[in-house]
Amino acid sequence: MATVSLNSGLILAAILFVIGFVGLITRRNLIVVLACIEIMLNAAGLAFVVAGARWGRADGQVMFLFVLAMAAAEVAVGLALAIRFRQALGRLDIDAADEMRG
Amino acid sequence: MMHLLWLIPALPLAGFVLLTLLNRRLSRTAAAVIGAGSVGLAALVAIAVSASFMLSPPAGHHFHQVLWTWFDTGGLRPQVAFYLDAMTVVFILVITFVGFLIHLYSTEFMEHDEGFTRFFMYMNLFVASMLVLVLADNLLLLYLGWEGVGMCSYFLIAFWQKDAQNVYCGRKAFIITRIGDTALIVGLFLLFTHYHTLAIQPLMHAVGQAPAGAAVVVAAAWLLLGGAVGKSAQLPLQTWLPDAMAGPTPVSALIHAATMVTAGVYLIARTHVLYTAAPDVRLAVAIIGTVTLLYAGFSAFAQKDIKRSLAYSTVSQIGYMFLALGVAGWDAGIFHFMTHAFFKALLFLGAGVVIEALADEHDIFKMGGLRRELPVVFWTFTIGAASLAALPLVTAGYYSKDLIISTSLGSVDGSAWLWAGAVAGALLTGIYSFRLVFLVFFGEQKTPVTRRPRWRMQTPLVVLAVLSVIGGFVWLPEWMGGWKPFEQFLSTALPTTDAGGWAFGLGEATILEVVSLTGIAVAYLLWMRRRAATAVFAARPAPDALERYWRAGWGFDWLYEHMFVIPVEWFAHVARNDLVEPVVKGIASLNVLAWRGLSASQNGLLRLYIAVAGAGLAVIIAVVVLR
Repeated sequence: MATVSLNSGLILAAILFVIGFVGLITRRNLIVVLACIEIMLNAAGLAFVVAGARWGRADGQVMFLFVLAMAAAEVAVGLALAIRFRQALGRLDIDAADEMRG
Repeated sequence: MMHLLWLIPALPLAGFVLLTLLNRRLSRTAAAVIGAGSVGLAALVAIAVSASFMLSPPAGHHFHQVLWTWFDTGGLRPQVAFYLDAMTVVFILVITFVGFLIHLYSTEFMEHDEGFTRFFMYMNLFVASMLVLVLADNLLLLYLGWEGVGMCSYFLIAFWQKDAQNVYCGRKAFIITRIGDTALIVGLFLLFTHYHTLAIQPLMHAVGQAPAGAAVVVAAAWLLLGGAVGKSAQLPLQTWLPDAMAGPTPVSALIHAATMVTAGVYLIARTHVLYTAAPDVRLAVAIIGTVTLLYAGFSAFAQKDIKRSLAYSTVSQIGYMFLALGVAGWDAGIFHFMTHAFFKALLFLGAGVVIEALADEHDIFKMGGLRRELPVVFWTFTIGAASLAALPLVTAGYYSKDLIISTSLGSVDGSAWLWAGAVAGALLTGIYSFRLVFLVFFGEQKTPVTRRPRWRMQTPLVVLAVLSVIGGFVWLPEWMGGWKPFEQFLSTALPTTDAGGWAFGLGEATILEVVSLTGIAVAYLLWMRRRAATAVFAARPAPDALERYWRAGWGFDWLYEHMFVIPVEWFAHVARNDLVEPVVKGIASLNVLAWRGLSASQNGLLRLYIAVAGAGLAVIIAVVVLR
């Protein structure tokens, strides 16, 4: 089985993370924002798995399972928030929720 | 039994905590049971501990109980520890027992007051603080109790806080005693920097080794005296006590007569080694005491308000205690503290009944003829007044005051001047105490009685009246057989008084009997037989002016107003645009600018927050990676 080198794996993770982050600060749709957060979480998970594979340890994959569980919980809360958001403001534009101005 | 010592202050403190936590959820009955019960239990424990102390005295006649180390910093390592010796036994017995009687009285006295629970909360905290003060084994813990009682005193003077005048009186008491407290804490700093400990017994031992008249000892003695003068309302810091009568009457009885105001006496007696090593300061104590007892005697004589008269009388009697301490009659001072606590608490509680019975009437010239209406109060109040006036042989006040007067002449530090002052004070005491009795209880009735005391208010009066009589029989003079268990008991804690063994001529020895009876007779003549003539004489311009001068406490309030308050206010007014002002205002406007900037950044845009957080993260990573 072809092994992925540590560097290329980490570079892929970094690229995914940056994509997620850029999406997070540029997109205004709440669903897309949640998706971007998922991308960033998975980027971090990928970094764990790659690093674990490099040293031949299971820790990285265990950590990824934690990240997965956490992401599931986050999505559950996030989608519930999205429903309430929609009910309260009538749309899903996060810039609409700026009532907490200084 | 003695290991239960810690319970004595802990019980009232627990009462305070319970009352504070449950405050509004408690019924009045429950609050009364907790408030009075905690002090009653403390009194029982105090009696048990004291009995065990007397029956099987511990080694060295003192018992030391260390609870925990308070803190440990910079060489200062005070412990929360209690020290029990013969003098402390006297104090804790008086505080808990008289305190319990006053709490019992309050359960009826305050029954219609909306702040019932709050009242007992403060009272319990006060008793706990006072017990900490007298039990403390180091000066810092003593100071904690000292400030605790001062704080409770403030709360309780201003207890009826809806009236601005009461709050003003509370503030006045707090600020004036604070002057003394500042001197005391500076004294503690001085002692610590020089002797590196604040534990009383090692400290006193170290002070005892110092050469007589060493500068640090003298300075510390002066500073501690400043604290004592403030707390015990002696000249020149006495002006707060008459105004402290704005509080409920049981407060006046407990705090401003029986216990807290004698804290100064306790402090000086506790640090008597310091004053033995500084004879000049001790002479100052005696002079302050003598001048104060005369000053307050005249003031008490001219008061119209029954409670203010008793307040000046308290100042005067504490003057006697100071005089005793000043002539090295340490045990005589403690003896007078004990008898004074009995009869002065009794007088205040009696006055409380009278004031309440006449629908809050304080003016003794509007009272009168209450002898038949309130017989229990009449008899007990008269016994208290007789004890205050030192009616010979049958009252406690006679034995303690006689001891002080003979000590002031017979002690090696005594002098004829101090003695003459004390004797003149005794004459005044006889006049003003029986002036109250004759004006309040005899003559024609001027105000109808609307409320009569029940058992909870009458029992403390009777018990205190009994104590005001028998409390003196524990120290009889030589010519009555010289039975002195009290002196023997105290001699394990304090050096005994060398009173010259009453080796005076008949004239000096019987002087107190003569002047006290004379004082009572003068009061009888002025306010019983020739009351109308007295009123006419008092209305003439010269006596009237003098009386008003004395009634105003010799104008000390006026003097302090013009010496300190008005100049300070004037200076504050003039200096309101000084150099400090722009600095302070600059800091304020800087803060306003920063607030504007920061609140502008809070624009509610989530994406901006994320971007800024991301940028910050990038900077941190860059710094870590590139370093």
